[in-house]
Amino acid sequence: MNTDIKNIKKLIINQSLTLDCGKIIKDFPLAYETYGTLNKNKSNAVLTFHALTGDQFVTNINPITKREGWWTFAVGPGKAVDTNKYFVICANVLGGCMGSFGPKEVDPKTNKIFSTSFPVITIKDIVKAQKFLLDHLGIKKLLAVMGGSMGGMQVLQFVSLYPDMAYSAIPIACSASHSAQNIALNELGRQAIMADPNWKKENSTPDKGLAVARMAAHITYLSKQGLQEKFGRKLQDKGSLKFSFDADFQIESYLRYQGSTFVDRFDANSYLYITRAMDYFDLEKQYNGNLSLAFKNTKSKFCIISFSSDWLYPTSENKEIVIALNACGANVGFVEINSDKGHDSFLLNVPEFLKTLSEFIGSTYNEMNNEKRI
Amino acid sequence: MKKEFKIIAKIIQDNNRVLDIGCGDGTLMDYLKKNQKNDVRGLEPKKDLVQKCISKGLSVIEGDAEKELIQFPEKSFDYVVLSQTLQAFLNPEEVLNQLLRIGKQTIVSIPNFGYWKIRLHLLFKGTMPITQNLPDEWYNTPNLHMCTIQDFVNFCNKKNIKINKSMCLTNEKISEITKRNMKYKNIFSQLGVFLIQ
Repeated sequence: MNTDIKNIKKLIINQSLTLDCGKIIKDFPLAYETYGTLNKNKSNAVLTFHALTGDQFVTNINPITKREGWWTFAVGPGKAVDTNKYFVICANVLGGCMGSFGPKEVDPKTNKIFSTSFPVITIKDIVKAQKFLLDHLGIKKLLAVMGGSMGGMQVLQFVSLYPDMAYSAIPIACSASHSAQNIALNELGRQAIMADPNWKKENSTPDKGLAVARMAAHITYLSKQGLQEKFGRKLQDKGSLKFSFDADFQIESYLRYQGSTFVDRFDANSYLYITRAMDYFDLEKQYNGNLSLAFKNTKSKFCIISFSSDWLYPTSENKEIVIALNACGANVGFVEINSDKGHDSFLLNVPEFLKTLSEFIGSTYNEMNNEKRI
Repeated sequence: MKKEFKIIAKIIQDNNRVLDIGCGDGTLMDYLKKNQKNDVRGLEPKKDLVQKCISKGLSVIEGDAEKELIQFPEKSFDYVVLSQTLQAFLNPEEVLNQLLRIGKQTIVSIPNFGYWKIRLHLLFKGTMPITQNLPDEWYNTPNLHMCTIQDFVNFCNKKNIKINKSMCLTNEKISEITKRNMKYKNIFSQLGVFLIQ
């Protein structure tokens, strides 16, 4: 696995980046992947931001995990975000564990793995790091920035930092500031990792803690109705209850499986750092309590999408972004998609969502290219 | 495009900022954007229609005008358009106040309940009128507050709302409403279109 990860695309950023925590980083790697071809006038680039446990491998088979990319339903040849037409870029976030600068990397000063001595990073740091990648690729204006969940937070941060750089912005199922409930849920995951006796032990990983964190998080990505319909009280074996603590119910077995496969591909410390970055995200606070100011200079055309059964980033929180954008006269569209698949809806086959995404990007692409001709 | 929208588009002209309340599938918005270079936004309560608009590249927000208008700043649009929906609100007066607050000018169109066919329907049949413009039964109509052209003008006068323009539509024919022909238009028009502020 390690040999593979060394062969993936990486940009070594040799400029220095001052992090929100005050530390300065330099000569750090940012792993990324691109799909499709950048057209001549560089007007078809879409920067995609991944969520908490995603990575740069948006679609096709992930060469490291050998599984399908996390947004295969939405991105790829002939898909909503058609890679025959658009040039899709995605970078592994700072603090991540798929080749970018993160706690799994070796600290050149000590020659040891950073682990928890890695600096605490924020969504702003994560976004700034990706700006270096755009500069490297020579892209001055993106057709779109898009992402769901933590990816959506990056969209919001991006347009506030670079109001001229994105022709359109698609924040999906996200929030402009992390709610108390979401901080609480993230803290639950972190505590599970830190309670594992293998955490911080050399040559071992807190697999059990990370698996529990993932199990808890996974529940929050689904809706009650979705869970009930899929699992109900179905038993794992056809027989009766075993009167033990084995996985009697299918839902238990499903969650255990989700937890155990997650630890094979994710670093526990990355989980700590990235959830922290989400918790610290408060765009409203960055602009002195007035979210509208974050978008004051934006020229992007927004399409905000939420899902009816998402209780993690509910429609009401997405609407706050809409309200802030309207208050400053920005160009914004908003729709709540009906789906019983919960927060995960944006990753799944939800035809109404994919259709909206596809047609919004399509019409935006035409508009942007018509403007250029004029 | 229907005649009513043509009247509205003619009033709005080019290069203005427009908010279309209850924009439906975005027909008017699309016309205003493409043919008259207006900067257009919409508000629409029905999801499927919002999706249609977004597909066309129109910036439309899913939402209910009775709750959502408050978020728009004062005088942030040159024109706010409300086409044939005033009568469907729980509190049309409050919605109208919001429109007047948000728009430098507001265009409101209303199906005229004073139209002769409606009057005759009630007079002779003794049942709630059903016409081409008002196709629903009394028990499933979305229209809660029907009014006539005269009612609307009286209302504006009472509330000190300035009427800059009043037009009416009868069988696709457009004409102007004046003080002199008011009584006549109130009988023979199917639709009234008002530019108010």
